[in-house]
Amino acid sequence: MPVIEVQQISKSYGALQALDNLSFQVEKGEIFGLIGPDGAGKTTLFRILATLLLPDKGHARICGLDGVKDYKKIRQILGYMPGKFSLYQDLTVEENLEFFAAVFGSSIRENYELIAPIYSQIAPFKDRRAGALSGGMKQKLALCCALIHRPEVLLLDEPGTGVDPVSRQEFWEMLAGLRQHGITMLVSTPNMDEAELCHHIALMQNGRIMAIDTPDGITTGFEHPLYAVRSADMYRLIHDLRTMDGVQDCYAFGEYAHVKMESVIANPRHPEQLLAFLQSNGHEKIDIKVAAPTIEDCFISYIKS
Amino acid sequence: MSTIISTDKLTKTFGAFTAVNAISFDVMEGEIFGFLGANGAGKTTALKMLTGLLTPSSGSAMVAGFDVWKQPEQVKRRIGYMSQKFSLYEDLTVRENIRLFGGIYGLSMALIRQKTATLLQKLELEPEADKLVKSLPLGWKQKLAFSVALLHDPSIVFLDEPTSGVDPLTRRQFWELIYEAAHEGITLMVTTHYMEEAEYCNRLSMMVDGRIVALDTPGALKNQYQARNMDEVFRRIARG
Repeated sequence: MPVIEVQQISKSYGALQALDNLSFQVEKGEIFGLIGPDGAGKTTLFRILATLLLPDKGHARICGLDGVKDYKKIRQILGYMPGKFSLYQDLTVEENLEFFAAVFGSSIRENYELIAPIYSQIAPFKDRRAGALSGGMKQKLALCCALIHRPEVLLLDEPGTGVDPVSRQEFWEMLAGLRQHGITMLVSTPNMDEAELCHHIALMQNGRIMAIDTPDGITTGFEHPLYAVRSADMYRLIHDLRTMDGVQDCYAFGEYAHVKMESVIANPRHPEQLLAFLQSNGHEKIDIKVAAPTIEDCFISYIKS
Repeated sequence: MSTIISTDKLTKTFGAFTAVNAISFDVMEGEIFGFLGANGAGKTTALKMLTGLLTPSSGSAMVAGFDVWKQPEQVKRRIGYMSQKFSLYEDLTVRENIRLFGGIYGLSMALIRQKTATLLQKLELEPEADKLVKSLPLGWKQKLAFSVALLHDPSIVFLDEPTSGVDPLTRRQFWELIYEAAHEGITLMVTTHYMEEAEYCNRLSMMVDGRIVALDTPGALKNQYQARNMDEVFRRIARG
């Protein structure tokens, strides 16, 4: 039985269709990523799964429990970390943790071993008010508070937003550690590079799921040859390549531009054709190599198709 | 290319705490310069000094030909600023926002009208001109905010975490506006937590504990730290 089941869920706010017939499921112990920009519908979905919002249509089940009828039971087995920092800023680190444990009829001692690897990092600041913590520490405290009642399912809404790459990586390491306890995790992020750390991902845009697969499954589904190209003038390079015959798309990608060809078969002559085209347009310091499609390339293709 | 920002041992202390510790660096005209660092590394304090909002404790900085210490008002006239957090007034229309910022920078009504028309056409926002900014999708707001920051033809635009939360396509459209501005000789100074954006910069600096500990092109930094991408470079530097 899947731990999280979403069946044909739709939700509108007035004229805005926030979720449009969404279905997917998450197996036990899995990290499932909802990948999409602001406005994709990620938070609306989280609020429905957390039994805080009713869908217009469709059903959500957590561990077989119905999201509407069994909402009280679901709340007992669910940990929810909202995107906006929602702890009590005026309480200390320790007071926040005690409060959340007490709300769930538990105590810090009872489940300490679950949060120990995370809490030990902020324990030196246990008497500091939560409002005075740095972004990375706030996030660790919020995770501890969401875990203190030993939930079976953890909902994490954009945990990586607004924190630096070091704190973000530490956070993902913590999530990997939680898997050993059999906790199932649904994580949302607008960052495509975080997708690779999930077992399955759903690419979301405008309330719809464009694709669901493993990260590898998504990238191997990219059917066009892709090249990374660079020259001394990137602004002109991108504009020039868009006008070249055989090129379907061209966009900035880090230090390079990614060039997606129209054909679906890699032609060994592509690199020399690109080189000849760029030279004839007066480009200098040209570098061309085959690129492996990333989740981001796939996302862009899905948006455009 | 000439130097447009030049700092010499620029320092800011708050009581016993040194937020920015003697940073010295140059930014060239038309460059896209990334200003990176972990939360609390001192980026915001450094930016506030460079934009004339905070007086340095010691050291000096020249921005667009003016001394940030002695001539902060002249500095402010020559720079544009855009941040994710605050850029436009949500309960004014697109047209009203343009007029407001044009007015603040002292442009004539005739020039504001002309700039408004060009800007709306370029961003394909003509149908939305009289709609409230809060009704626009995030990606459009960001493109509009950037264009408004360019309204008074500044030499330098400071972009403070400009594009978080938008889809990869919209983010690229935004970066193309940045490339275009650089192509026209405007200098862009960008702070970001997104290492993918760091890769778009011509050069990058990394701050740790108030100091600049690395400064080079993304390619050279990746070589130096034997990293596959900027994310790895960042983590190696920030973790020490």
